[in-house]
Amino acid sequence: MDRFVLDFAHTLAGFMVLVSFMLLYQDRMFSLLNVFALQALVLAASVAWQAHVQDAPHLYVTALIALVLKAIIIPIVLHRVVVRLGIHRNIETVGGIGLTMLFGMGLVALSMVVMLRATAAADPLAREDLAFALSVVLLGLLMMVTRRNAVSQIIGFMSLENGLILAATGAKGMPLVVEISVAFSVLVALIVIGVFLFRIRERFDSVDVHALDESRGERQ
Amino acid sequence: MMPEGIDLPVAPLAALLVIPAVSAMVLALLPGYRLTARLNVLAAFLTFLSSLSLFVERPQPGNYLFVDDLNVVFIVLGTFVGFTTSAFSASYIAHEMETGKLTPTYLRFYHAMYQCLMFAMNLGLLANNIGLMWVAVELATLTTVLMVGIYRTPAALEAAWKYFILGSVGIALALFGTILVYMAARPVIGEGHDAMVWTALIARAKDFSPELLNVAFIFLMLGYGTKVGLAPLHAWLPDAHAEGPTPISAVLSGLLLNVALYAVLRFKMLLAANPGAIAPGPLMVTLGLVSLIFAGLMLYRRRDIKRLFAYSSIEHMGLIAFAFGMGGPIANFAGLLHMTLHSLTKSAIFFTVGHIAQAKGTQDLSKIRGLTESHPVLGWALVLGVVAIAGLPPLGIFMTEFLIVSSTFAREPVLAVLVVLGLLIAFGALLLRLSEAAFGPATGDTSAVKASYVPLFAHLALVLVAGIYLPGPLVAWFRNVAELLG
Repeated sequence: MDRFVLDFAHTLAGFMVLVSFMLLYQDRMFSLLNVFALQALVLAASVAWQAHVQDAPHLYVTALIALVLKAIIIPIVLHRVVVRLGIHRNIETVGGIGLTMLFGMGLVALSMVVMLRATAAADPLAREDLAFALSVVLLGLLMMVTRRNAVSQIIGFMSLENGLILAATGAKGMPLVVEISVAFSVLVALIVIGVFLFRIRERFDSVDVHALDESRGERQ
Repeated sequence: MMPEGIDLPVAPLAALLVIPAVSAMVLALLPGYRLTARLNVLAAFLTFLSSLSLFVERPQPGNYLFVDDLNVVFIVLGTFVGFTTSAFSASYIAHEMETGKLTPTYLRFYHAMYQCLMFAMNLGLLANNIGLMWVAVELATLTTVLMVGIYRTPAALEAAWKYFILGSVGIALALFGTILVYMAARPVIGEGHDAMVWTALIARAKDFSPELLNVAFIFLMLGYGTKVGLAPLHAWLPDAHAEGPTPISAVLSGLLLNVALYAVLRFKMLLAANPGAIAPGPLMVTLGLVSLIFAGLMLYRRRDIKRLFAYSSIEHMGLIAFAFGMGGPIANFAGLLHMTLHSLTKSAIFFTVGHIAQAKGTQDLSKIRGLTESHPVLGWALVLGVVAIAGLPPLGIFMTEFLIVSSTFAREPVLAVLVVLGLLIAFGALLLRLSEAAFGPATGDTSAVKASYVPLFAHLALVLVAGIYLPGPLVAWFRNVAELLG
């Protein structure tokens, strides 16, 4: 395969990981939304490149969904949600930014080690894309864990999902990619509508069961 | 066996999907809760009938749908519990309408979502394509999220949100695992659709790259395991059970957890077919044991009756995952039977609890006392249900738990001791709570409540019969499936 094809695909995927790191340290809602839109833009470019390289025109649909829905519509809607909820000031991160970044680097290293070792036999285009994609997924998870308010959790989830779409389009010839990206869009749209309608501000989930019991009034 | 030719699913298969899909649309449009509740029961009953017809005629595997000995068990069980729950739901909903907790618009939505859920679960179980299976599980998650939040109280919204976020993360991880399985299959089977078809995957699994399969299974286990409710990924489960309408609690425990477990089992079979891959058993055994013991301990501090039984579901799903993780003909057989009986018993318990909560006007355990005096039928049904779920003879669950423990003891005595410990912890907690709720002087509202006893006692009767006598063909069938699971 042409060296340039590979390099360009990896550059785009690597750029997505970089933007994931940028998402981790944004401490204002509006800049968080902007960075997320940037990530969606890079995703759209990356998917379009894969569509071109693999000669798979249906992937352009996925690229278009990423571009229109995630880079334009959802950031605009969330912008309005943020204004309406009055949370456009600081957002807290749990544990501090430095620690989060360190942890993020650890996750990226982990995904490189795991994926590159596991996919030694696979073709190089998919192989390194997959390692990048797993990094984006794990960084998205990390963001969901470290953020408190619902909107930034959604951003975390959507960035996780960007990683999945990157992985799915990188797997050459994978069927149902378009269907899966549509299914995810429905999911995300529902989350956003839910937050908008019910004005969910704070995250509720916690792995700390005691905190849950307290909020559920199960303790006396 | 490669899928060839038949793309179009034949009649019974189509009916399993078309009936719920069409009735979801019809029920969304029709007004009047008496009519729609009956139609809901009718649709669920017809779906159950078409699932039975799979015994008579087994269609060829297609590219998207297929039927084998394993998923028939799940489908028949699922559609049966779906049918009985719809009957319970009819009387439950009538009470909710009278007390004004649900409006007619929400009720239409509720019935449409109920059928949507049936559709998604049947699709997930019948799917011969791992991508399609993933989409179906996602759809099932979404519909249940919407139903959990239907009362729109802060607690219900909180539960729905938590379920939504944790469920989404779970299915996202499962999708990554699915992609990895495709990547492993592609060099062997070739690009495109065939590399996601289950029957093709399992036939060629021995040639896949074991490293990729290993990584894939970890994602799939954590992803679908979240939906099974295994600790430490269970945090959504108690809230979703406690805050949603009780018929939904019954379907969640009785069906949805099984569908997710089915997905895990499918991928476990895939790994077992590959000689170079890690053994999937120990991971399942560990998660299962942790869930069993953790949930058993958590049972002691519950103050909400639906939450109590939600934790009991975690406990039993843990035990079932443990049994399948141990593997071998006896443990698989016991796991399968335990799953069936747990579905029947737990949904029966939720039917009872739903009526009890309506009669008493609360789910608070400390306000529910002396049920056998104030509501003898419901009270004794609860006693029977809890005795069954706690694993006392002669009911069916005693037998399956005994099988699991004894087969484990023969191979790994230490693990067997841990299982027994977990079971005893849960046993103590359940009987403690039961004796408080069912016996002693009655408190609170003692007025009678309109209840539908038929689904409830039908389930309990089945569980009782299973404990005393299992028909030969059923045993042979389950034994066959246990062999299939390896």
